[in-house]
Amino acid sequence: MRLKELWHRLGSPRWFFQISGPLRWVLGGLALVLLLVGSIWGLAFAPVDYQQGNSVRIMYVHVPAAIVAQSVYMLMGAAGLVLLVWRMKMADIVLATAVPFGLTMTALALFTGAAWGKPTWGAWWVWDARTTSVLVMLFLYIGLYALRQAIPRAETAGRACAVLALVGTINIPIIKYSVDWWLTLHQGASFRLTEAPTMPPEMWAPLAINVLGVYCLFGANLLGRMRAEIIEREQGTQWVRELIAGRRSAGEPG
Amino acid sequence: MNFSSLEEFIAMGGHGLYVWLSYGAGLIIVVYNVVAARMKFKRALQAVRDRERRRAASSTTDASSREE
Repeated sequence: MRLKELWHRLGSPRWFFQISGPLRWVLGGLALVLLLVGSIWGLAFAPVDYQQGNSVRIMYVHVPAAIVAQSVYMLMGAAGLVLLVWRMKMADIVLATAVPFGLTMTALALFTGAAWGKPTWGAWWVWDARTTSVLVMLFLYIGLYALRQAIPRAETAGRACAVLALVGTINIPIIKYSVDWWLTLHQGASFRLTEAPTMPPEMWAPLAINVLGVYCLFGANLLGRMRAEIIEREQGTQWVRELIAGRRSAGEPG
Repeated sequence: MNFSSLEEFIAMGGHGLYVWLSYGAGLIIVVYNVVAARMKFKRALQAVRDRERRRAASSTTDASSREE
């Protein structure tokens, strides 16, 4: 399939609904296996840190949540740009449905950060550059959620959220480089694309598995929420009515 | 395995509270997202069905009022 053709097809909710059905089960299955392996490995088999002891196991929850929360935000920024430039329906659907996952993952990153900070730094919370910029990201997510609820006209709400998502992407490089630009209590990056990890393999392997697992979970979850949103928005169309009728006659449970 | 007994595994060398709080929160967030997506889908299907039922009901009352 040519790239331009794929782009046009992606704009079609109906086509998306058809291909996303099986894809979501593949991603969901992968997520389940990866997260089980990564978490059990991290919790019981990975070695203790020579300084932090067993509290280092929090890393296998904290780092994947934080990485994926930022990626979700970048995806929303991209969707916002696509919506503002091409007014693509599907971009607005992504923008609306990615928020809950990103918001809850940011909250999880902050919560596990507090639980890791208490035994390591002696405080649940510090106002350092990394923690503060992630807190800003949480407020951006809450803002995106609230903005959509506050504007009754769907098209206006979508464009307002697109602008907020796009402007908020400025915060992502600040989060990423905060540990290099400022003298922070927060430790440096766990993974870098250009360098070998500083951790031993028996520590970074379960971490990498959990990062991949949360990405797959996000994929499956986003597809599921997008499918629901598509049905909701296209409920008057012929294909959705046929789909519902087909589901009922096939005796498939809702 | 890094632990020689279940007690040791739960205690996490004194960091048990923090480690288990984190994994518990992680599990809650994952389950919440899966359940919320499922519920959203069910609600959307129900909305379409209700809409169809209303349409069907209004078209039969139209027909009966025309007969009278």
